[in-house]
Amino acid sequence: MTNYEAVIGLEIHSELKTNTKIFCGCATTFGAPQNTHVCPVCLGLPGVLPVINKRVVEFAIKAGIALNCKINNYSKFDRKNYYYPDLPKNFQTSQYDLPIAEYGYIDIETKGKTKRIRITRIHMEEDAGKLVHSGNTIKDSASSNVDYNRTGVPLIEIVSEPDMRTPEEARAYMEKVKSVLEYIDVSNCKMEEGNLRADVNVSLRPVGTEKLGTKAEMKNLNSFKMVENALDYEIERQKEILEDGGCIVQETRTWDDGKGITLSMRTKEQAQDYRYMPEPDLVPIITTDEEIAAYKKNLPELPDARRTRLINDFGLSAYDASIITTSRAMAEYFDEVTNKGADAKLAANWIMGDLAKELNAENKNISESPVSAKNLADMIILIQKGTISSKIAKKVFGEMWQTKKTPETIVKEKGLVQITDTVAIEKIVDEVLSQNPKPVDDYKKGNKKSIGFLVGQVMKKSKGKANPVVVNKLLKEKLD
Amino acid sequence: MDLYKQPAHVLHDMLENKEITAVEMTKNFIARINSFDNKIGAYITKMSDTALKTAETVDADIANGKKINFLTGLPGAVKDNICTLGTKTTCASEMLKNFVPPYNASVMEKLNKEKAIILGKTNMDEFAMGGSTENSAFFTTHNPWNTEYVPGGSSGGSAAAVASGLAAWALGSDTGGSIRQPASFCGIVGMKPTYGRVSRYGLIAYASSLDQIGPLTRDVTDCANILNIISGYDEKDSTSIKKDIPDYTKSLVQNVKGLKIGIPKEFFIEGMNKEVYTAVKKAVSDLEAMGAEVRNISLPHTKYAIAAYYLIAPAEATTNLSRYDGVSYGARVPGEDIVAMMTNTRTAKFGDEVKRRIMIGNYALSAGYYDAYYLKALKIRTLVKEDYDKAFEKVDIIVAPNAPTPAYKIGSIINDPLQMYLQDICTVPLNLAGLPGISLPCGFSRDGLPIGMQIIGKPLDEETIIKTAYTYEQSNDFHKKFSGVE
Repeated sequence: MTNYEAVIGLEIHSELKTNTKIFCGCATTFGAPQNTHVCPVCLGLPGVLPVINKRVVEFAIKAGIALNCKINNYSKFDRKNYYYPDLPKNFQTSQYDLPIAEYGYIDIETKGKTKRIRITRIHMEEDAGKLVHSGNTIKDSASSNVDYNRTGVPLIEIVSEPDMRTPEEARAYMEKVKSVLEYIDVSNCKMEEGNLRADVNVSLRPVGTEKLGTKAEMKNLNSFKMVENALDYEIERQKEILEDGGCIVQETRTWDDGKGITLSMRTKEQAQDYRYMPEPDLVPIITTDEEIAAYKKNLPELPDARRTRLINDFGLSAYDASIITTSRAMAEYFDEVTNKGADAKLAANWIMGDLAKELNAENKNISESPVSAKNLADMIILIQKGTISSKIAKKVFGEMWQTKKTPETIVKEKGLVQITDTVAIEKIVDEVLSQNPKPVDDYKKGNKKSIGFLVGQVMKKSKGKANPVVVNKLLKEKLD
Repeated sequence: MDLYKQPAHVLHDMLENKEITAVEMTKNFIARINSFDNKIGAYITKMSDTALKTAETVDADIANGKKINFLTGLPGAVKDNICTLGTKTTCASEMLKNFVPPYNASVMEKLNKEKAIILGKTNMDEFAMGGSTENSAFFTTHNPWNTEYVPGGSSGGSAAAVASGLAAWALGSDTGGSIRQPASFCGIVGMKPTYGRVSRYGLIAYASSLDQIGPLTRDVTDCANILNIISGYDEKDSTSIKKDIPDYTKSLVQNVKGLKIGIPKEFFIEGMNKEVYTAVKKAVSDLEAMGAEVRNISLPHTKYAIAAYYLIAPAEATTNLSRYDGVSYGARVPGEDIVAMMTNTRTAKFGDEVKRRIMIGNYALSAGYYDAYYLKALKIRTLVKEDYDKAFEKVDIIVAPNAPTPAYKIGSIINDPLQMYLQDICTVPLNLAGLPGISLPCGFSRDGLPIGMQIIGKPLDEETIIKTAYTYEQSNDFHKKFSGVE
């Protein structure tokens, strides 16, 4: 039986976080009442002309540099004749043969291995509006209305080479692109708001062969999970067809997230001839080498550089460093905690552990965390000083999450200071030993495990405040 | 004194000297429109009420001692592809028959700031496609010199309005000669400025890289004054040029001494109308007699210009017109489903010439033919432009005819699109090259139809054009003759 390998390429659309649209002065705010952010230009009224928003070009160039692309000194817009009711001009102003950036790459990590994914091009274009159907689907709707608020919101499209081989790689690639765009602050990357969405191409070929198989494309996947699931399904579907001796039809498919399957949308025969032509209403975009150099200089530290720094400067594991640097906000939070003098390893553990857990449970972003970086740092320092144990710290953290109080206040109010006073602990140890003759006897008969029970009893009696190291030491001295 | 026969600058002086009020002047023109436009068919939409209202505010301003600008209180007309806030802008198409723009074109903003009087919106070939105004979806405009003849196109309504005294001045648009050729057929002055000199914002696009708004006037003085008003950079139009505008009225001087005039042999070809040939040649020798130096030049790629134009313009038109789908605005013809609705709408509401160009454009842009047609046309466009660049190394200005013939009879070539396209041969190269050009009267045919000469300048050198045109104009009285509608 033939072994197949998947060949996967992604086109990622990212909405840029400019205040105004790409070709007019309308606001880009998400969630505004329908058709309130519109003007003659983004409504495509007869006679209107587009004017490029300079920030869009700036953001696209930044993205290009951050994704290791060559920025083209001469770039232009084209019209892509594309018939959609939510695109009022009935053509999309996009870039065709001279995009703003080309020939880039990013490195991804899967299963501990680094792999380079090449980026073919990055181009700028306008987003389309939104159809609002009166029913659940277009087919059972008596009417469909158009909300043009999103029409003209700036997008960049990042096109990869078909360098990915597994759904896991595709996901890692998309995650990496998201994190880079977040770092350079050009997109909100809120996938639930459609800020980031991917069209995914996949074909299969026998392992060891070069020739590409026939591909299928799945459009508008707006979560990492969808990308992975859709690819899993599609690879399996194509494999079954090929193993049965069938042929793959080149087509565009949609992912039905509810059913977990892909469905055919249109085949190659129905494919569009976009009839591209240069956009005569916009002048070419000229970018000088000096401008490109200036952008490069002002770019913030990117995830890969940051990750290397965390490994080298703090001795974090590669894994921890990757997780911490996935989002810029998390990396900055980490930097703030460690800058306050907290131990880096402890900081990483708390951020990736309790903090991440609480954030996920409440579906919060790290920037919305009730536990500030300063408070977390102070709490870790209390652990480092031995004022509180790691166990007490969990309580303190919980309190901080609920009340936003400082760790010092919480420790003081709840009397959570660790008892390190040997005399005080010895008193409790003696009480426990006299009240639990059986475990003491067991221990003396050689069942060393029973010491654990005794430790627990001491901790319980001290309300968790006794220093466990001291407790262990005293118990051993008295029993041995 | 017949007001309607006067150029705008004479009317301006009358207003300024309080010999007449703006309301009287406006009423005078409205009365004339009401009496004679049935013979001409210049206007699609009359704006008498707003015109009179504006005139009243002008008179109040004058009474208050306010200084008036050139077009203040002067009744004019605007081609119906220039968007007017609150007033129908139809492009002479069934598709936009009831379209009322919610915004003003940038040139309209400038006219309104001047308090110019807008008498109405003028007839044109549908979506500015055509050379005779016979392609209007509503009615044909007639040539004021002989109503059996076409006024030229596509700004035929504007040209006929000015020529017949139904407006003191007008604006048109020129994509392949649509200002110059009707000016020539109607015996008036029409100028296509350098591409980018006048903002296109609000001009309903035919072919964006070729379209340009310009004035149609009774004489060169009016042309220079109106150019002063409508020119200039507009942040709403990226293709408008960011350069200061000179005061064009300073070029209204009689002086062509030492001016080097180029005569392109490709424009004076065997087989062209003898009367046109003779009249233009005579104009050249007149200029020579006034001190200009005449040089023979060659613009070798002229013969390919028509072919290139009729690929580029339809290609742009096809995308510009794709928005008229019956969904968002304009006409809608119902259908069983959305595709049928759109098909029915476009089938019923676009005229034949528009459909023809949409088809040509889609064909030229389609995947298999792009390189062979559209891309090749773009290359020719570059060669045409280079021809002019080279020529302008040797000469200051170029003189040529506007059209191979004077106006022709209504209906005579409307069913022969190729013949119709060839009418544009003298004007199209300028649009491809983005150059400015003017048409002004240089004689009459035996049938009493006007003949126009074309003066072509370097990019942004409208000044030399105006100077040359003015010098020539002052040497004769062709521009003082009035067409026969009385």
